[in-house]
Amino acid sequence: MATSTPTRDAYAKAPRPSKKEPTDERRQLWRSRLWRFDDKASPYAYIAPFFLIFGAFGLYPLLYTGWIALHRVSMTGLDSMEWVGWENFDKILHDPEFWTSVSNTFLIGVISTVPQLLMALGLAHLLNYRLRASTFWRTIILTPYATSVASAALVFALVFRADGGLLNWTLGLVGFDPVNWANGHWTSKLAISVIVIWRWTGYNALIYLAAMQAVPNDLYEAASLDGASRWQQFRKVTIPSLRPTILFTIVISTIGSMQLFGEPLLLEGGALGATGGNENQYETLSIYLYNYGWNLGHLGPAAAVAWAMLALLLLIAAANWIVGRFVRTSAV
Amino acid sequence: MTMTSPTPTAPAKLAPTPKSGGPSRPSRFRMGAGQQLKGGPFAYAALAVVGFGSLLPLYWTLVAASRTQDEVLASTPPFFPGGKLIENIQTAWEQANLGKAIVNSIIVSSSITLATLFFCTLAGYAFAKMRFRGRGWLMTAVIATLTIPPQLSVVPLFMMMSGLGWGGQLESVIFPTLVSAFGVFFMRQYLIEALPYELIEAAKVDGANNFRIVRSVVLPVARPAMMVLGMLTFVQAWNDFFWPYLALNQQNPTLQVALGQLSASYTPDQSIVMAGALISTLPLLVVFVLFGKKIVGGIMSGAVKG
Repeated sequence: MATSTPTRDAYAKAPRPSKKEPTDERRQLWRSRLWRFDDKASPYAYIAPFFLIFGAFGLYPLLYTGWIALHRVSMTGLDSMEWVGWENFDKILHDPEFWTSVSNTFLIGVISTVPQLLMALGLAHLLNYRLRASTFWRTIILTPYATSVASAALVFALVFRADGGLLNWTLGLVGFDPVNWANGHWTSKLAISVIVIWRWTGYNALIYLAAMQAVPNDLYEAASLDGASRWQQFRKVTIPSLRPTILFTIVISTIGSMQLFGEPLLLEGGALGATGGNENQYETLSIYLYNYGWNLGHLGPAAAVAWAMLALLLLIAAANWIVGRFVRTSAV
Repeated sequence: MTMTSPTPTAPAKLAPTPKSGGPSRPSRFRMGAGQQLKGGPFAYAALAVVGFGSLLPLYWTLVAASRTQDEVLASTPPFFPGGKLIENIQTAWEQANLGKAIVNSIIVSSSITLATLFFCTLAGYAFAKMRFRGRGWLMTAVIATLTIPPQLSVVPLFMMMSGLGWGGQLESVIFPTLVSAFGVFFMRQYLIEALPYELIEAAKVDGANNFRIVRSVVLPVARPAMMVLGMLTFVQAWNDFFWPYLALNQQNPTLQVALGQLSASYTPDQSIVMAGALISTLPLLVVFVLFGKKIVGGIMSGAVKG
């Protein structure tokens, strides 16, 4: 009895009853079978929740997206799906707005990721100095990470306002004319990138800092004995040691920039958000997907956009892989 | 060149492990000394500029939230908070269903956090310390799922949720995020080094079954990492925008959704919107002030060996 109802101290007492009843062989056999089963099955039981939940809400929908993309489904009648074949793909691939959003996503991705990671690298280098109140600095740098996309986008929407915006006022002090940030093709992308850079630079800096602190000191000693300057040490010791981390952040930021949604949606707010500006000048792929599916109510084309995104992601991954190989071989 | 370069590195040689106020982590988190040069005035000045840039938008939120829209959009914007904060918050409260949104955000974030902690600790322990067939490639599969953006599956997810009767309900936001690949990876990285095999063996010799080992050996050891993962998960769940915005509606929003809808209304009053933004950001800022050091340490420890 005591063995079948585990109590708080069962784990200390459990072996004892079995020692007292060595004659009960069947029970022992049962026990050892149970043990073996416990040993074999437990790891799978522990990892099962991840795979079950991912399977149900991640993988299955991902594959099902492909099926929906071949149908006509509307937001108002989710139950009725009508087979249309490649029509949805045809529709989006011949839509200039789709290609605009592809290039917007790509451009915003580049002008937000590249400066962000370079700044993070420099910032990490600064934070790696022996500083007073270093934790304070690290926390301050990370605060934007605590802000949501929505809050950040809304504050920056105020900052970037054409009339009465904080930025234009500041520029006015230096003698520049006010800029209509959200309206311009480049300025709107720049504005969105600023939001991204603001939120994520500190986060990436901390990742770089952790990697920098893991670089063995001997390498720097050896380099300085060889007469390397600090800049040379940074270039020849720090950067190569950080290469895996840098690659990791590039991958993560690239995936992140593929997903930009809240920033463009809320940059001007209202109806303009759903189309990414009056000329779609800052419409990203996510916005395009949202507009088709949730604004216009056509889920078929929205699913087709999702598959186009997957294709782009694979392309980027392939490019990353090729560049990675190229960098590795050329560095040797 | 050769005259100056050895001098700055000298202190680093003398002190191989300078602990200059770094995160007070246990020894397993101790990192190499790196290039521990003393920061000069330039470093402080640069950090101050970046820090100012980091905090300015938050301060500006407060200023705008405590003024009228006309003041905020005036040709010379105000620099200090005004006296309209309470009034604006009240208006935002009425217009955007903020009361319900706060309750919803708390429900969503805490249930996601609790479930993530439980499942990720179990899975992380299995991947870190248990031997089983397929461990390697299953872990690779977990990490690979990190690279799949949610955009790829939202359309069928939305249809599924409506089929399950969860359309517009909090369940539709909670269930897809009950576990996270990052969490599994994070707990695994921690437990690999923090949990000695001897401890598990000792418990086994004492006759503990696997789940008992988890309860009495793994959980106590994992607690510091669970704290950090809990905070990171909470921040993420609280701030999540894309899927909740698609899945929920004005009647039953989370804070971020309410905020998005507030700004999408026809003529949003900017200071009301900022009052909403302030309310949604404030709880996390408090968490940051209280636990900033832990969160910083967590992000840094989760990142090594990536």
